[in-house]
Amino acid sequence: MELLIFYPLAGFCVVLALGVVLNNSPVGSAISLIGMMLGLAGIFVLQQAHFLAILQIIIYAGAIMVLFMFVIMLLNLKEGDDTGWIARERNLLLSVLTGLLAVGILYKISGILFTAEMDTPAILPDSFGTVATIGETLFTDFVLPFEVASILLLAAMVGAVVLAKTKLD
Amino acid sequence: MWVDLIITLAKILFILAILVGFFAPVLTWVERKQSALMQDRVGANRADILGFTVLGLFHIIADAVKMFTKEDFIPDGANKVLHTISPVIALVPALLTFAVVPFGGQYTLFDKEVNLVISDLDVGLLFVFAIASLATYGYVIAGWSSNNNWSLLGSMRTASQMISYEVTIGLTIIGVLMVYGSMKLTEIGAIQENFWMWGIFLQPLGFFMFLTASIAENKRIPFDAPEAESELVAGYFTEYSGLKFGMFFMAEFIEIVTIGALMTILFLGAWHIPFLTTATLLSWFDFLGTTGSNLVVMFIHVGVFFAKVVFFVYLQMIIRWTLPRFRYDQIMKLGWKILLPLSLANILVTGLVILALN
Repeated sequence: MELLIFYPLAGFCVVLALGVVLNNSPVGSAISLIGMMLGLAGIFVLQQAHFLAILQIIIYAGAIMVLFMFVIMLLNLKEGDDTGWIARERNLLLSVLTGLLAVGILYKISGILFTAEMDTPAILPDSFGTVATIGETLFTDFVLPFEVASILLLAAMVGAVVLAKTKLD
Repeated sequence: MWVDLIITLAKILFILAILVGFFAPVLTWVERKQSALMQDRVGANRADILGFTVLGLFHIIADAVKMFTKEDFIPDGANKVLHTISPVIALVPALLTFAVVPFGGQYTLFDKEVNLVISDLDVGLLFVFAIASLATYGYVIAGWSSNNNWSLLGSMRTASQMISYEVTIGLTIIGVLMVYGSMKLTEIGAIQENFWMWGIFLQPLGFFMFLTASIAENKRIPFDAPEAESELVAGYFTEYSGLKFGMFFMAEFIEIVTIGALMTILFLGAWHIPFLTTATLLSWFDFLGTTGSNLVVMFIHVGVFFAKVVFFVYLQMIIRWTLPRFRYDQIMKLGWKILLPLSLANILVTGLVILALN
């Protein structure tokens, strides 16, 4: 039953992820990325992580990607040259490096794939993934990383304001 | 299993029927009549069938016929796929929000607990926020794919306006969340059985900020800079005709209802009548048996809920026809310099009060 939903969703994600890379127009890539994130949120829901799924939509699909689209439209980016994505020589080094990364990740995944028990679903407590549980964990076990992260975000925000201000004055 | 499925399907059908079948078409008529009333005109009264006009209600049918029969036009150089699907992307979030909005409480019918909400998500309030933030894409992509500078300008205004006011909506929701201690919309509604626990008393500032930011999200006057007729022709939907234009129109009207429903759930006591608990109401109809009394109370609650929604819809109509359009920089100033600090202060004060009371 779960696999019936998982495989179409996963396929959807993979197709759109390829769409991000292979698309010639920046807007097309951005839209594929948004669709991919929605699919990923669906997979999170399938794993009973509702809170995580909703955050995925709010932060990535709803906030960051809207800004991406805004910037792409503001700069009015045109389609890339049609010489094909694979033929660009200056990208050769980057392509090789990302290819190596992908092979490394695939190696790791294949290692897990053959040892993991596929048929027995993990037994989860009822409170798994609820807002209350996550809040409690965040403010007890992980309170220091949480606060440090918020200070980091504050610094980034102040930095952005400072950068924008000097240009204005 | 089958019974649950049928109940859920019935709830989905009910919501779709009331939104698409009742509110969206009737609101087009209400908007015409309301504008006529406020501008001292007679209003929509020309469409007639055999000489009967029925207060202009036939304009709804005339509208539908017009939209279905108009030429479906895609401009030269437009991105055909995106141009076609963007009205759908705009309409779906407007409908989807109602999946977590409860339109009544919990009732025992034929020994079965019936919860009048399609999906009682643990993260309901966040779901509403997430879906609202996705609605931006329909409008942004519509403007971009039309290959028209007016459309592009409109969609860029949409993007910046919706991002700005989403911040306020998100922070206001945090205030509501702190007061009620739950993200489940059904629980928030149930707590407000006590009249003094209504959101409008606990979060008075939040009430006004949520209403303002919601209207801005829906891009209606005074926040309709993205589609300003006198500046941008029609903004992001300049190049749309026929039913695709109709879908943008429908999305706007359904969103009016969605805003009304959310305001009702969060701030105006959901489906409850002031000073009248469900238990008292049930005891009045005790002579009808368990199912009978529950059924009567259910109908009363659903009626009360939609009466409150209609009040908020009407309020939005009045605002729409009272105020002039804000200038673009005024909209940004209101969003970032007034509403954002106010909503942060609201969270701070709410936190301090909760701390003092405990």
